[in-house]
Amino acid sequence: MDFMIDFLFGPLKEIWEFPIFFVEVVVGGILTGVMYSLVALGFVLIFKASGVFNFAQGAMVLCAALTFVGFHELGVPQWLSLILTLGVMVALAFAIERIVLRPLVNQAPIILFMATIGITFFIDGFFQMVWGEDVKRLDIGIPKEPLEIGGVLVNTFDIVAALVAGTLVGVLAFFFQSTRIGRALRAVADDHQAAQSVGIPLQTIWVIVWSVAGIVALVAGIMWGSKLGVQFSLALIALKALPVLILGGFTSIPGAIIGGLIIGVGEKVAEVFWAAKIGGGIEDWFAYILALFFLMFRPQGLFGERIIERV
Amino acid sequence: MGRAHIARTIGDTLLKVDNVSLGFGGVKALTDVSFDIAKGEIRAIIGPNGAGKSSMLNCINGFYQPSQGSISYKGVVRGAMRPYEAARGGIARTFQNIALFKGMSTLDNIMTGRLLKMKRGFLWQCLHWGPAQAEEIAHRETVERVIDFLEIQAIRKTPVGRLPYGLQKRVELGRALAAEPELLLLDEPMAGMNLEEKEDMCRFILDVNEQFGTTIALIEHDMGVVMDISDRVVVLEYGRKIADGTPDTVKADPKVIAAYLGTGHG
Amino acid sequence: MLYREAGQFKTSYSADQGIFPILQDRIGMAILLAVAFVAVPLLASDYFLSTIFIPFLVFSVAAIGLNILTGYCGQLSLGTGGFMACGAYAAYKFATAFPELNIVVVFLLSGGVAAAVGVVFGVPSLRIKGFYLAVATLASQFFLIWLFTKVPWFVNYSPSGVISAPPREVFGWYVTGIEATAEAKYLFCLAFVAVLALVAKNLVRGRIGRAWMAIRDMDIAAEIIGIRPLQTKLLAFAVSSFYCGVAGALWAFIYTSSVEALAFDINRSFQILFMIIIGGLGSILGAFLGAAFIVLLPIFLSAVPQAMGVPVTTSTLAHLEFMIFGGLIVFFLIVEPHGLARLWQLAKEKLRLWPFPH
Repeated sequence: MDFMIDFLFGPLKEIWEFPIFFVEVVVGGILTGVMYSLVALGFVLIFKASGVFNFAQGAMVLCAALTFVGFHELGVPQWLSLILTLGVMVALAFAIERIVLRPLVNQAPIILFMATIGITFFIDGFFQMVWGEDVKRLDIGIPKEPLEIGGVLVNTFDIVAALVAGTLVGVLAFFFQSTRIGRALRAVADDHQAAQSVGIPLQTIWVIVWSVAGIVALVAGIMWGSKLGVQFSLALIALKALPVLILGGFTSIPGAIIGGLIIGVGEKVAEVFWAAKIGGGIEDWFAYILALFFLMFRPQGLFGERIIERV
Repeated sequence: MGRAHIARTIGDTLLKVDNVSLGFGGVKALTDVSFDIAKGEIRAIIGPNGAGKSSMLNCINGFYQPSQGSISYKGVVRGAMRPYEAARGGIARTFQNIALFKGMSTLDNIMTGRLLKMKRGFLWQCLHWGPAQAEEIAHRETVERVIDFLEIQAIRKTPVGRLPYGLQKRVELGRALAAEPELLLLDEPMAGMNLEEKEDMCRFILDVNEQFGTTIALIEHDMGVVMDISDRVVVLEYGRKIADGTPDTVKADPKVIAAYLGTGHG
Repeated sequence: MLYREAGQFKTSYSADQGIFPILQDRIGMAILLAVAFVAVPLLASDYFLSTIFIPFLVFSVAAIGLNILTGYCGQLSLGTGGFMACGAYAAYKFATAFPELNIVVVFLLSGGVAAAVGVVFGVPSLRIKGFYLAVATLASQFFLIWLFTKVPWFVNYSPSGVISAPPREVFGWYVTGIEATAEAKYLFCLAFVAVLALVAKNLVRGRIGRAWMAIRDMDIAAEIIGIRPLQTKLLAFAVSSFYCGVAGALWAFIYTSSVEALAFDINRSFQILFMIIIGGLGSILGAFLGAAFIVLLPIFLSAVPQAMGVPVTTSTLAHLEFMIFGGLIVFFLIVEPHGLARLWQLAKEKLRLWPFPH
């Protein structure tokens, strides 16, 4: 009983006593959450436009980062390496569309999901075979010094990351809402056959959206890579993005952002204030349980569209 | 016309719909609809597209909850319920867009109609022997009678996904019949069928009604069929009831004629 | 010519509903069982028994479990590893707390524990469907592994965090521990697997299996014909987790003899999922074929370059394995979603006509 009271209320007392520290933790959580959102965005894009829940997004992050660093280590300057990697991501989108999506068109969503698990393994294996599996250092010149804002210590790098993510979201929102391709994408997402019947080329749209998701993966890969080093564990970041998705709803870009923030903050606060009492290392599952808890009340996620079932 | 000449017992009210309204957000699918279904009759629900016919069936079998009004079944007013509770009460149905279990054979699909009646517990099921097997065989015999009745012996073991449309409709009817329902709801049982298939389906519906005394409520667009086989017809338009009565009275009703010919709205 | 059903008339429904309605299949199965129970332990070396046959059997149980949930009931789960871990740790706790308890009872009890945990994590399936549920099952995977790693009670406060199977005997033969021979372990596993496979087959061909498949094929229609969705799904979670739990216990006690929680991490879950995709979703035979395939492929992969004299590093081999698994998954989903089991069925249909072309 004492343990329960201590477990439940002890941390609250701690928070009350050290508000500045709490704010720092929350800010750190928000900034990490933005990084999660960055990965989750790629999922949302593909889900919106093709109804495919792309488990391979994490593998794409890894492959983008590996390719970027790999070219650079071969002596290619960074700007050229970036262009080459973009090319690789587009080529990957082409290959996936041609080899996997096209033969599986009109299959049940769960089959496509399992296919993307297959893609994940293939990409993980292939790109590690090509570029090796050692940890590679990635430095794109973002300072990592701590910065003091209003008495709260913040890492400069995290702020830059948040800015990058914000910009990316803005661009994507514009792309989706206001361009011709964006409109076609939304049409395809709504109904494949109807979109085809009004002359929207399904295959082209899919290649475009997978390429865009590839570019998002590249941005996420560079940001995460420069934070953690480029290595296999980058692919596991995707596992962090999944609870963000179920929280935010698969179809909502704002959902991915808000979901990321909730998960980021919730996870950091729980880790710092509560985890030590139960053995630590809760970051593997806390986000999932948190998301699951939300799901029990809103099965379509916070921002997902409500589905009216018909027979 | 009608089927008054056939000796059947049409008895008391089996199901009564009282001032039912149903809305989805701002859209009103049903407004203040009332009618009843008598035991033993064939009751048709007709109306132009979007009149709320399927929504009505969905309310009757508990898939949608009416936002206002009530439905009483066998004299008892039902509260909020799930579809499986309606099934337990003896209501079975077929669907406008075929809802068969695609991965299973015809036999297994119809066997699912018997699930409600199968009682043997989990441990017997693990053994699939003794009482569980006896039960399985007893129900198989019932299902075989349904298969004979619907003349689909040849496709017994075919996966339903491979069957042509007309046969799928028949298997779906078989699944509903296997449950030995008291009230059978048929949602456009003849949609998309050719003349011959329609005639077969009509025959099955009439036979079910006459041989087993099953009460049937059906939605159908083919006016010839509706007028021929049903005892009473209720007509919906834009979610409201505009007529109710025998086929002959409904046919002569100016509001019904207006609804179908599109006059009176100009 | 040799394999056909012509002339075999069934005169009762019970004969028609048998697992092997065709005589040749019954003979084939009898031969297979004889080989498995007699020839294999006599002829196979200890090495083969403990690196191929025993893991194959253990994986088969887990694959049957996942296939019940995913292949028959249509609920995709990525938490298989977590439920296996439940079984393994429960078996360890039971075996050490009650040394007198027969090991068979221990395994069944630990399956029961896993089933209970499976039901708890299956509750969201009422509200959550499809991918949402798949992601939710990851919660169980990560949470359970964390729990077993962090709470020392589960490993009886052993500092290494590793559990080792205590020696236990059945009919006077050691089946676990160091003194157990590979043959004894193999036969024990085999008996378990044979019974569990039969039970699974019985379940899926009767009332319960039909309810599962109805939920899988169209959950709304299933509910309208009177199937209660939550109970049916929870039963699938329970039975599936029971199988996974027993598989975990067999893994920890018979296959590896000592185990840590990481053996049941998310990669294990994927591995089992791959087995049922490659073997065949919704098929008990498929679970066996898939398990055999996934056990043999890495062995085959490492043997081939050696035999051809091509030097390949272990890391390349590991990456190659990833690529081949990934590629095969996509291949099977595109070409034959019902997996090897369906190919086997097609082969049998060809065999009916053989040697005539039509």
